[in-house]
Amino acid sequence: MKSSFSRSLQTTIIFLVVGGILALALGGYFSPTSDFLGTSFISAQTWVSYRFLTIRDFFNAPSDIVSLQQRNGQLEAEVSGLQTQVIQLQQQLTDTQVLAALVDFSQTNPESVYKAASVIGRDPSPFLHYIIINSGSSDGLRRGMPVVTNQGLIGRIDAVIANAARVQLITDPTSAVNVRLQNADTDAVLVGSTTGDLNLEMISQDVEVQEGDVVLTSGLGGNYPSDLLVGQLFNLRTRDYELFQQASVQSAVDFSRLEIVLVIMNFNPIDIAPLTPEETP
Amino acid sequence: MKELIALPLLALILILQTAIISNISLLGGYADLMLVALSAWALQDDVETSWHWAIFGGILVGSVSALPWYIPVIGYLLTVALARFMVKRIWQAPILAIFVLVFLGTLTTHFLSITALRISGSPLSIADALSTVTLPSLFINLFLALPAYPIFRDLAVWVYDIEDVQ
Repeated sequence: MKSSFSRSLQTTIIFLVVGGILALALGGYFSPTSDFLGTSFISAQTWVSYRFLTIRDFFNAPSDIVSLQQRNGQLEAEVSGLQTQVIQLQQQLTDTQVLAALVDFSQTNPESVYKAASVIGRDPSPFLHYIIINSGSSDGLRRGMPVVTNQGLIGRIDAVIANAARVQLITDPTSAVNVRLQNADTDAVLVGSTTGDLNLEMISQDVEVQEGDVVLTSGLGGNYPSDLLVGQLFNLRTRDYELFQQASVQSAVDFSRLEIVLVIMNFNPIDIAPLTPEETP
Repeated sequence: MKELIALPLLALILILQTAIISNISLLGGYADLMLVALSAWALQDDVETSWHWAIFGGILVGSVSALPWYIPVIGYLLTVALARFMVKRIWQAPILAIFVLVFLGTLTTHFLSITALRISGSPLSIADALSTVTLPSLFINLFLALPAYPIFRDLAVWVYDIEDVQ
């Protein structure tokens, strides 16, 4: 009975002491001691936690690197795919701009029927200036049809197969186009050259021409329709001892960057060869 | 049977020529990929089909070009004839041989082209043609000849199952 009483008393005293200490601590009487203990505890916890995280990272890192590498690969593939898409869209935008210009041209020249074709190649011989387009006789193209862009005349069809045609450019050395100078109202002949330069010949000495005059097709000879823009006259050469004046022509067309062209479908070239008198020996 | 590789290969060379090479010009000239390929092929010791390649390649180019079809055929046949002549004499120096062959082959094909155009009535200035077309073309052809020889050496090793000693 006595021992049971003394154990209860001891328990009560312990509770009272602990409770008193807690009350004193909560009351701020143990601040220096509790701060020291807290700081030590937090430092120890930080050290242990840091070591634990380091060890965990050490064991988990390989799998993370693998997953990161996979993710990186996926993202790189996605980026390259998007870059390809951007390039395709830029190309489509360029094509659309070219086509829009060609549509504008065809709308402003409604008297002709046009067929658009892409340039797919050039003549293998560097002496000749021909291009190959991806439309042929199955699209209604015929030999002799004129070919233009929105910037002006570029040539005429020289040979046709079912799905392709070869176009002789006006810059070809064997090309000759009858033209007229709009301001001077006189005819001349436009010839190509090996270097791709356009030269104007057979300009009468009596006619006064000026640099900057617009050069248009005259329609003479029946090879081209009239009034197609060819370019502008520059570098006029007039010599008294020559029969004709000569000049160079600056075409608005960049012949080195032809991509899409228009074939004039409703023009039938006229072969005047039978009308040319034969030479008699 | 492997020799039939000539058909798709020469067709591919023609496509590359018309679609890409002809757009990359130096002054007025550009490379003749077919000529360089035929030269590199004909200079291989064990090759027996270089004449066939020349005829087929010439017909391919002639069918696309506005030049008379026989001009590239004759030009390439003369180049191959020169190559077969050279193989027996200076084969120990293949790089020298390909340079000499491409140089002479380019001059030959261009001379034939100029002659054909002049006969057909083209007012071609020979001086302009040489300075603005032939000389730049020579330069580009010689530039392409260097990698062409080992590529066609490997092709010859594959086609004829020969032991490559070089």
